[in-house]
Amino acid sequence: MIKMEVTRFRPGEDDAPIVQSYEVPLRKEWAVLDGLNYIKDQLDGTLSYRWSCRMGICGSCGMTVNGKPQLSCATFLTDYAPGPVRVEPLRNFPVIRDLVVDISDFMTKLPKVKPWLIHDGEVPEDEFLQTPREMDEYKKYSMCINCMLCYSACPVYALEPEFLGPAAIALGQRYNLDSRDDGALERRDVLASAAGAWACTFVGECSTACPKGVDPAGAIQRYKLTAAVSALKDFLLPRGARR
Amino acid sequence: MTTFHNIVVVGGGGAGLRAATAIAEANPLLSVAIVSKVYPMRSHTVSAEGGAAAVIADGDSLDEHAYDTVSGGDWLVEQDAVEAFVEEAPRELLRLEHQGCPWSRKPDGRIAVRAFGGMKKKRTWFAADKTGFHMLHTLFQTALSYSDIVRYDEWFVTKLLIDEGRVHGVVAIELATGRVETIIANAVIMCTGGCGRVFPFTTNANIKTGDGMALAQRAGAPLKDMEFVQYHPTGLPFTGILITEATRAEGGWLLNKDGYRYLQDYDLGKPTPEPVLRSMELGPRDRLSQAFMHEHAKGRTIETPYGPIVHLDLRHLGAHVIDTKLPFVRELCSKYQNIDPVKELIPVRPVVHYMMGGIHTDINGATPVEGLYAAGEVACVSINGANRLGSNSLPELLVFGARAGEAAAEYVRSLRTGPRNAVYAQGNDEERRLRAELDQRRKGTERIADLRTEMQATMEEGAGIYRDGDSLEKAAVKLHELRERFDRAAIDDHSSTFNTELISLLELDFMLDIAQSIVACAGKRTESRGAHQRTDFPKRDDEHFLSHSLVHRSGEVEYLPVTITRWPPGERVYGR
Amino acid sequence: MSAYRQPVSAFWWLRQWSYLLFVLRELSSVFVAWFVVYLLLLVAAVGDGARAYEDFLAWSGHGWVLVLNLVATAFVLLHAVTWFALAPRAIVVPRVPPWAVLVAHYAAWALLSAGVAWVVLR
Repeated sequence: MIKMEVTRFRPGEDDAPIVQSYEVPLRKEWAVLDGLNYIKDQLDGTLSYRWSCRMGICGSCGMTVNGKPQLSCATFLTDYAPGPVRVEPLRNFPVIRDLVVDISDFMTKLPKVKPWLIHDGEVPEDEFLQTPREMDEYKKYSMCINCMLCYSACPVYALEPEFLGPAAIALGQRYNLDSRDDGALERRDVLASAAGAWACTFVGECSTACPKGVDPAGAIQRYKLTAAVSALKDFLLPRGARR
Repeated sequence: MTTFHNIVVVGGGGAGLRAATAIAEANPLLSVAIVSKVYPMRSHTVSAEGGAAAVIADGDSLDEHAYDTVSGGDWLVEQDAVEAFVEEAPRELLRLEHQGCPWSRKPDGRIAVRAFGGMKKKRTWFAADKTGFHMLHTLFQTALSYSDIVRYDEWFVTKLLIDEGRVHGVVAIELATGRVETIIANAVIMCTGGCGRVFPFTTNANIKTGDGMALAQRAGAPLKDMEFVQYHPTGLPFTGILITEATRAEGGWLLNKDGYRYLQDYDLGKPTPEPVLRSMELGPRDRLSQAFMHEHAKGRTIETPYGPIVHLDLRHLGAHVIDTKLPFVRELCSKYQNIDPVKELIPVRPVVHYMMGGIHTDINGATPVEGLYAAGEVACVSINGANRLGSNSLPELLVFGARAGEAAAEYVRSLRTGPRNAVYAQGNDEERRLRAELDQRRKGTERIADLRTEMQATMEEGAGIYRDGDSLEKAAVKLHELRERFDRAAIDDHSSTFNTELISLLELDFMLDIAQSIVACAGKRTESRGAHQRTDFPKRDDEHFLSHSLVHRSGEVEYLPVTITRWPPGERVYGR
Repeated sequence: MSAYRQPVSAFWWLRQWSYLLFVLRELSSVFVAWFVVYLLLLVAAVGDGARAYEDFLAWSGHGWVLVLNLVATAFVLLHAVTWFALAPRAIVVPRVPPWAVLVAHYAAWALLSAGVAWVVLR
């Protein structure tokens, strides 16, 4: 058995979160999520949390486990033996209940970076040609599962909630760097704003927290350089020569 | 509370998003809403790995794709629907390409295709081995550009509103607040996916509880071919995580406990070092899962705490192929099984993966209930018949999602009358019912999890890969008992804020309906075809059963003949 | 819905080494500024003649100025090293590996330092 210390918050009942302890079986294959499911099914049906695919791809089950943002389906109880395992909601988000956080802020910000392909001119009848090398330019940034671990790890987002945040900027960059896309200029106002890439002070924890190797910190630094160069061009070059 | 839309799409996965954008394009004046119990990018489309089939390669043809699909489905297939499907699939996949989907490429920049089980040609498009993930995120992010599509994220639909044989909207509960809302609409499109969670061991996500199927059946639309449950031959033991068929398409082997490629003993061809299309490891899923059961009976599988397994061997493919074509497989194996497929054998066993059956629809996604449409796994058109071929389900989402969206947009155009008062009354009744569930379940004596576990065990035992009259009869009796005990199910949680226990209760209610439908259809079909294998009736019986079963809420089953256009029923031949 | 806003502790930067490092790097800007002031004082002293320069050197020899400059050096080094460390992630050049970008930065630094040393020490 291993002790799980789970943060509980029930609006209307609790003014602030409390910690509740449960004993769950310690099995080799069990993820932290399996422990939570054991609690829900056998011990306490009132515990609320999100989960779905339990294979690290749907992005639902982000939580703070022993102080670090993690996907609870991909974090194993045995790694915390003999315990206890502290399970808290993701940091930097309002808590709706127990381990469920409110991510509507991200959902509002995401469309602002226009995370869709913007193509000027004709769309071909067949496919756009794109070599594997051209795909490598953006592939990493397309791996984001929107799990919010990077926002939870980011102290800038904690202190400045207007910050667009790592995932949203990385997704903007994902399209900017796609050889089929011509939307970089349309995304610039948002990405290069004070609440965009420039708000990032390169803590780098987003990339450490990312379970999918997206490297949002890298995406943001790269974008800063692009934005700086294009601002310089705007300043120095006559209108016609800008691109 | 009441709100109004022209069309409500229930479910925000591949089919739902495609349907919603199809409506927005067909008629931008229509108000479209997507109601989904999870944020759309969490939908289970995200878990699809291997690829999406569509004819694009030189030397391939629509006829061959159609024939593979019809024979793969053991002829229980609507052939006119298949013809439409194979024709529209390439267009739909190209459309996604134009929206930014990172399909894997050949060195010259053209779309690459890979082999897949039961397909005679290489025609499966892929985005490494995260095809569903990339498709879903492309669809979702593109849908964000349609600012007129209204989303109800994390809303759970509990009822379809029906009056005078016509659909008038849904009742849904907002998870975050517990608010119950009547959402009036002239048409509803069900895109809620499958119901793998009816079984104990499944690749399906926790959300796959058959909600849409049960809702439609309760609203009067019959479910079709529910006895056909696909077991994928290669799932990881314990978790049930899918190891994609693409592993075998790239050249992986299935080995029994003696290291022997046992599929050669089951009329699936001769082993060769390189993969051969429609042969051995590239046979169809039903035949491979059945072969596993025979190996197990012969004592040639390996016992583990999580059931018998065989091995999937990828070692000879080398690190480069695995890292470029199957990186997710390597990630999943290392994370969840603690093994490296470059150096070690992957333990696998058959796992419930997909429902061939679903809400009965025509070729445009229309159900027999006026205004109610369905697309994707929740629906049964049927292009999948008795056994779906791998990589046909992803293009199916798009082709029939678009068709259902367009058909619904056309349908609402001709409507003039709004709902009668009876519809609002239904909404109020449903709200009262939900309040009562929350308050009155305090005195219950049965745990939801116990009922669910018993239901799942019943299904595996009675309606697994092999069934017979006796096992199905026992399952029917047990399910009846569980249905009665469900009335005494308790919930501890009486909060209106993000009450996941209430949702579990409602999902279990739906799943019990689905389980009973599966068992009813399986009991009546006294033949063996595709994924439905009766040990007491081992032969296919075209004379009596070349027809779809339609099951109603009452449990009554009727039959509908299969549409045959160009491919008369024949023998399914693999590897010879 | 009354969601609970998780408070941010005033000592959040002590929770993790990477956060502390980040705050130290932010703090380094103060010391960079100090070096600018120090350099200006030096230039002013040189401009005011040999006597003023002698005084400046004597003042610089005070224990506290020495300690301040040592601390400032450490912070400026921290700033430079972390700045260089992120360079390969900001500057992505096709077919040039990230380590080469990093090495190029250090090489440029060494070259500039050698140039300055040559001017000062010859």
